[in-house]
Amino acid sequence: MDYNVLWFLIIGFLLVGYAILDGFDLGVGALHLFARGDHNRRLLLNSIGPVWDGNEVWLVTAGGALFAAFPHVYATAFSSFYLPFMLLLVALIFRAVSIEFRSKEPGAAWRNAWDRGFSIGSIVAALLFGIAIGNVILGFPIGADKEFKGTFFDLISGYSLLTGLFNLVMFTMHGAIYLTLKTEGKLREQVRGWAWRAYFLFVSLYAILTAITLYLRPEMLANFSFGYIEPTGTIHPLIKEYQVLISLIAWIVVALNFLAILNISRTLSRHKYMQAFISSALMMASIILFFALGLFPNMMVSNIDTLYNLDIYNSASSAYTLRVMFILALIGLPFVIGYTSIIYWTYRGVTRLTDSSY
Amino acid sequence: MDWDVEVLSRIQFAFTIMFHYIFPPFSIGTGLLLVIFETFYFVTRRKVYETITRFWIKIFAANFSIGVASGIVMEFEFGTNWSAYSRFVGDVFGSPLAAEGIFAFFLESGFLAILLFGWNRVRPGMHLFATIMVALGSILSGWWIIVANSWQQTPVAYQLVTEADGFTRAVITDFWGVVFNPSAGVRFAHSIIGAFIQGAFLVLSVSAYYLVKNKHIQFARKSFSIALIVALVSSLLQPLLGHMSAGIAYEYQPAKMAAFEGLYETQENAPLYLIGYSYPEEEKTYGIALPGMLSWLLSGDTAHEVTGLDAFPEEDRPPVADVFQSYHLMVALGMFFIALTLLGVFMQYRGRLWQSKWVLRLFLFSVILPVIANQAGWYSAERGRQPWLVYGLLRTSDGVSPSIHASEVWISLTLFFLVYGLLFFVWLYVLDKEIKHGPGSHTPMETDYHGRQERSEHLPRAINDQNS
Repeated sequence: MDYNVLWFLIIGFLLVGYAILDGFDLGVGALHLFARGDHNRRLLLNSIGPVWDGNEVWLVTAGGALFAAFPHVYATAFSSFYLPFMLLLVALIFRAVSIEFRSKEPGAAWRNAWDRGFSIGSIVAALLFGIAIGNVILGFPIGADKEFKGTFFDLISGYSLLTGLFNLVMFTMHGAIYLTLKTEGKLREQVRGWAWRAYFLFVSLYAILTAITLYLRPEMLANFSFGYIEPTGTIHPLIKEYQVLISLIAWIVVALNFLAILNISRTLSRHKYMQAFISSALMMASIILFFALGLFPNMMVSNIDTLYNLDIYNSASSAYTLRVMFILALIGLPFVIGYTSIIYWTYRGVTRLTDSSY
Repeated sequence: MDWDVEVLSRIQFAFTIMFHYIFPPFSIGTGLLLVIFETFYFVTRRKVYETITRFWIKIFAANFSIGVASGIVMEFEFGTNWSAYSRFVGDVFGSPLAAEGIFAFFLESGFLAILLFGWNRVRPGMHLFATIMVALGSILSGWWIIVANSWQQTPVAYQLVTEADGFTRAVITDFWGVVFNPSAGVRFAHSIIGAFIQGAFLVLSVSAYYLVKNKHIQFARKSFSIALIVALVSSLLQPLLGHMSAGIAYEYQPAKMAAFEGLYETQENAPLYLIGYSYPEEEKTYGIALPGMLSWLLSGDTAHEVTGLDAFPEEDRPPVADVFQSYHLMVALGMFFIALTLLGVFMQYRGRLWQSKWVLRLFLFSVILPVIANQAGWYSAERGRQPWLVYGLLRTSDGVSPSIHASEVWISLTLFFLVYGLLFFVWLYVLDKEIKHGPGSHTPMETDYHGRQERSEHLPRAINDQNS
């Protein structure tokens, strides 16, 4: 295993961390307007108050790591996704400042406006992440110079809109399950209702999306197929050598994903909310693993010619940089996991409003 | 001007970074003061220091949130608007950016949770520790950003590699060489001290406001006195650091130094302008100048020959007029900060400060000046680097994304103008509210606008959460 593969894994790890953590606070944002009454809305806001900023750092760090390790992927992805990214930035800005400013004024108009900013910002961000993933699965028009050859309208398709919606529903479900841990009484009953509705929507969309993906991009299954399906573009020597092992791991992930989804409904109906949340997190981690397994060793697939695919070699930084940065990541990540755990431990349990709440 | 992708992207980058750069210096500066205030509280356990700390935490939070939100934009703009640049320098420039995420942002945002919400939840020692970590995180984050930026100014420890597909890029040969590039250390110190001044002046201004209004007297006097010492020490240090920074600029970026001082001709006895105006068309600078002073500052010898802009071909010269103006604005403001803080300390020593409303008013209105000085300093540093994106290696025109269209940048630029304009006014409004509301009460404003609904699904509100 070389540093390119390790960096593929580190960026995957950062994205899994991001999806699980910011996933629930974007989900809480998507649900925010369903909460009635100022007190309930403040409870929702404060359930993510201490942690949302740290959650978003996973995205910032994933972006920085992508820039450092795979600059071509960073450059191609962000410049080809120009307008959606600008929209994403605006959504994230609105969301962040809405959280901070909402409770600064008692007026109804003020609070309603920021409630909308928070909720719409969260919904738009969740949709755009999904749309981006949909495009990576479908493939981009990338030319020989690694630059995007399409236009904005190439990025919007029925499929990418569906992946956007799927991501929104997944985050919403994850957020609702998180809220079951943070609320009590009547509000918790209401939140549980949201979680159930999101769950059914999630399962149906998941089934449809899986079917369409397998139809449109059967080669995404290559690394699951014990060698029966030919992948496109570069084939990594690791895959050639360990085809059986990799396919086995892939199927274990499939099983894990399946069990996690079943366990969400089992634990939700038995009021075991922590288990439901962990299942939901595992489900999201395994979905991102599918995505990584489907792509590896590519990172972005060109739909003009597979020769132009950006993979972990032709888009990477120098071996020296990858090695130095790997050492830095190795030193830094334990600290990151350390403070994240301390913060979540400090703010465990049901959210109650205090004099330093939003 | 041709409104192409390059010009629009430059305007967008300048606009988004100047907006962003209003906030981090406030966070870094007030972050340091928070550490000092809270240490006083921790040691003395006096109520007044608790009030001071908790009031400034609220102001800190408002600045911090906009700083964070507008900072994400900066990280992504390299990829969206400057993809050719990102490909060229990714190996070098991406590393400090990733290091910022791993070593600074996580530290900052993790402990921010305790700083903002932990007052009743953790012990005072832990809270102080969290405050120190947030302040440290924001300074570290500045360090990594300045490392990245400084490498663009004084690129070292790289080699140019041409790949199989004919694409040339810069590759690190020595990571620590990149991190400790010749200008990084002194530019970092210069910027951080600039941030301390900006933060201290905010505290001075708000405290002066209360003193002028005869409100929260004890609170305001204590905050003012502490902030005044920070402002004085920082202001006195700043010219020294600025001088060292200019020396490095002269050594590695002589065209930039020539533009700072509007020096068109290479000459001995080069003058230093106190105030002036530079006309690039005539290649002349007019104003009040000290003859030989620039030569002396750069070498210790008034007769020293200083390289002028004539040593560089036309296409390699930075735009002189606005670089000259912004540089001189920064220097003049720096001098003013020394004068004002010395005046403040003198009046306090004489025991007349609290009665001298005019001095307090001067402090009250000076809050904007360090913001302008910091902006002007960055502006001259960045504009003085032109026409290079990476000094001597990559031109700005070669860094732009080839795949984006001017229409797209128009849309995003308009979007940022609208959103940032709105945010700026909201920020001012909220800050104004918080300041007028004053310290003392920590209870957030309760509302009954949803009163009817709330009565019907009323939940008991815990007064404190120590039992959870």
